[in-house]
Amino acid sequence: MAEAAASTLAVSGLQAWYGESHILHGVDFEVRPGEVVTLLGRNGAGKTTTLKAIMGIVGKRRGSVAFAGRETIGLSSDRIARLGLAICPEERAIFASLSVRENLLLPPRVAPTGGLTLDRIFALFPNLAERLASGGGKLSGGEQQMLAIARILRTGARFLMLDEPTEGLAPVIIRHIGRTIAELKREGFTILLVEQNFRFAATVADRYYVMEHGKIVDAFANSELAANMEKLHERLGV
Amino acid sequence: MFLGHVITVQQLYGQLLIGLINGSFYALLSLGLAVIFGMLNIVNFAHGALYMMGAFCAYFLLQEFGLNYWWALIGAPLIVGAFGALLERAMIVRLRGLDPLYSLLLTFGLALVIQGLFQAYFGASGKPYAIPPQLSGAHNLGFMFLPNYRAWVIVFSAFVCFATWFLIEKTRLGAYLRAATENPTMTRAFGLNVPRMITLTYGFGVGLAALAGVLAAPINQVRPGMGADIIAVVFAVVVIGGMGSILGSIVTGFALGVVEGLTKVFYPEASNTVVFVIMAVVLLIKPAGLFGKVA
Amino acid sequence: MSANPTVAKFGAASRETRQFVVAFAVLVAAIAAAPFVAYPPFVMQAMCFALFACAFNLLIGYVGLLSFGHAMFLGAASYVCAHAAKVWGLDPVAAILAGVASSAILGFVAGALSIRSQGIYFAMITVALSQMIDFFCVEAPFTHGEDGIQGVPQGRALGLIDLGQPAVLYVFVAAVFLFGFLTVYRAVNSPFGEILKAIRENEPRAISLGYRVQRYKLAAFVLSAALAGLAGATKAIVVQDASLTDVGFAMSGEVVLMTLLGGMGTLYGPVVGAVVVVSMQNYLAQYGQWVTVIQGAVFVACVLAFRRGIVGEIAKALKWTAI
Repeated sequence: MAEAAASTLAVSGLQAWYGESHILHGVDFEVRPGEVVTLLGRNGAGKTTTLKAIMGIVGKRRGSVAFAGRETIGLSSDRIARLGLAICPEERAIFASLSVRENLLLPPRVAPTGGLTLDRIFALFPNLAERLASGGGKLSGGEQQMLAIARILRTGARFLMLDEPTEGLAPVIIRHIGRTIAELKREGFTILLVEQNFRFAATVADRYYVMEHGKIVDAFANSELAANMEKLHERLGV
Repeated sequence: MFLGHVITVQQLYGQLLIGLINGSFYALLSLGLAVIFGMLNIVNFAHGALYMMGAFCAYFLLQEFGLNYWWALIGAPLIVGAFGALLERAMIVRLRGLDPLYSLLLTFGLALVIQGLFQAYFGASGKPYAIPPQLSGAHNLGFMFLPNYRAWVIVFSAFVCFATWFLIEKTRLGAYLRAATENPTMTRAFGLNVPRMITLTYGFGVGLAALAGVLAAPINQVRPGMGADIIAVVFAVVVIGGMGSILGSIVTGFALGVVEGLTKVFYPEASNTVVFVIMAVVLLIKPAGLFGKVA
Repeated sequence: MSANPTVAKFGAASRETRQFVVAFAVLVAAIAAAPFVAYPPFVMQAMCFALFACAFNLLIGYVGLLSFGHAMFLGAASYVCAHAAKVWGLDPVAAILAGVASSAILGFVAGALSIRSQGIYFAMITVALSQMIDFFCVEAPFTHGEDGIQGVPQGRALGLIDLGQPAVLYVFVAAVFLFGFLTVYRAVNSPFGEILKAIRENEPRAISLGYRVQRYKLAAFVLSAALAGLAGATKAIVVQDASLTDVGFAMSGEVVLMTLLGGMGTLYGPVVGAVVVVSMQNYLAQYGQWVTVIQGAVFVACVLAFRRGIVGEIAKALKWTAI
């Protein structure tokens, strides 16, 4: 398909297991360049597993994950990262045994250009500049989230996967993150977002996919969100 | 009050010196174990055998290639460290993801093979290795004679320990190591080649053991059994210090060497077991060791 | 259904019991036949080590604790029994019981110190503790250091049965071995054993269910130590001496090898492993240090490619679970 060649990420028939548990049963979707795509679904639908499977950090996976036309299903996660994908996991995974500065500088540059400079990053996240010497474990939830996003911005990866970036955060920080994502979108980043909070997602997303039991069951554009609201409430049980 | 034997000041300082020297070896060896354990979560039972290989490597470099002590200080850790990296790549990596006890069993088996081979070829007796001429002789400090080589061992060991600590805690490379230790999956997902880091870390820990072996060669004889003699005490040191703690192993190593030396002065019969007794006591109070995090 | 009541009863027994009976029958038959195909003192030694390995396996296979210092129990009991028989003149049963008591007490103390720790820490602590015991045995006057205790009298068991007669001694040792083996079997297949299995599988859950996990682990440890002591004490009577080899680190390593090779967590694995390793040592004794190399190589090979061990592989092939 001509469209597949143009997409940044094309997932087809993706299956994934955690140990014995078969979580993803054939996921198909695509993300086009510069889009913000959101995966919606209940807890346990497989959204986080999908992101991890794309990144190559689940136990076992099968199917096809093509990034910029290149098949990545058989690659190790460090090679996937060096293609220009980055993940900001749900648990944020800030290294407690590293300082904030060390956390920020840890991920190596995967592209010579395209990464944000430190100045730019501190402009986006002023709080981090003040906390550089602190231990990674000493940050608040909001600060950890900002650090988790900041450190993948420096690398030059242009395809970002954000797993529940607003979970458990105060409204003012959620708005900050929303502004940041909008800013990144303007700069041409492509973002795959997992969010329970679809009110937040609606402020940044271009398209949505709905997941249930490890499969994609619905898809619609942001303009169609209102029309699908009732169906969504049913599926997500909120 | 007279004790059973009179303790002279000379004896005291003499034993303290020996204690510091033993402490240097304990510190270097337990540091290597701690580095390996922190990163790979395996107890390297082969550590004593690799220490012995370091000493033999120094011996061979001299005998076969005429390369002196100073070459050995660099060469032996590199050669034995490379051998260690090979072991990791060929065997240890296959046990990733399994119960860490299997890695312990593997390295135990490797220790048997290595020690057995050396013992089969060289017999149990020791080979001599001369103190390098630049470090021979002694200084008269007034209250005691300080042999130069022994002073060198202590100072150099302390330097290597400090340098390792600095490398791990304060540098970018150390940050990579600490991150990979804490969360290898995420570290790899950032694009860092964690498997290669693990191999190099194992090689580095082994290199530290080999370095200790080179330092030991002029003092103890170069014997196939020299690793087995020391390994149990080093394990006790690591348990007391706390298994993954870099600082803990360094401090505890030196401290216990001194304690052992002092025990030899005041209560010689107990000097062999004092470290183990201390271990038992520490475990009762702090099951994770003095500097340990979680047992 | 057959009209024969024996067959019917046999058929009605559960598959596991059937497997156990068959395997046990094979074991007893092997013990009965052994002295006619092999040197009886060798077989008796093998049985002592088999019991030692069964005791060790109780900890690693069923509680998940790798004790790398188990020789301390074998050796301590060996020395105490030897001393009791030779110096105090106790009859062999009493001497053996004295040995078992000493290793049980040692097991209690060692266990109390080490049980709080898990996995690798536990293993290292047992190494250090056994080194302490090793040093003690080198220094203590009653052990006679390098010479060991020699010339231990075999005496008359319970004052009646003359163990000096080879055939009688053989039956005695076989009885002790089978008793120890069945004790392990009973411990594993009992409510106690089920709780141990639960602890091994999910300790936090067992704690949340209200089990005093530390106590169960300590109990298993003491039982293991006592059975290892039984093996050591019996061995002292059989070979009529106790030496530093019994308490040394190499011995601790050997019992791990026996169990690994035979099959950790299986009932018969340690027995098979012990027989193989003891035979291997006998056969290769002439090669001196190469025995160490070969043992190390077997270790490495087993850990890398043969983790189930001999009996484990047989069990998998036959799809039997009770061996």
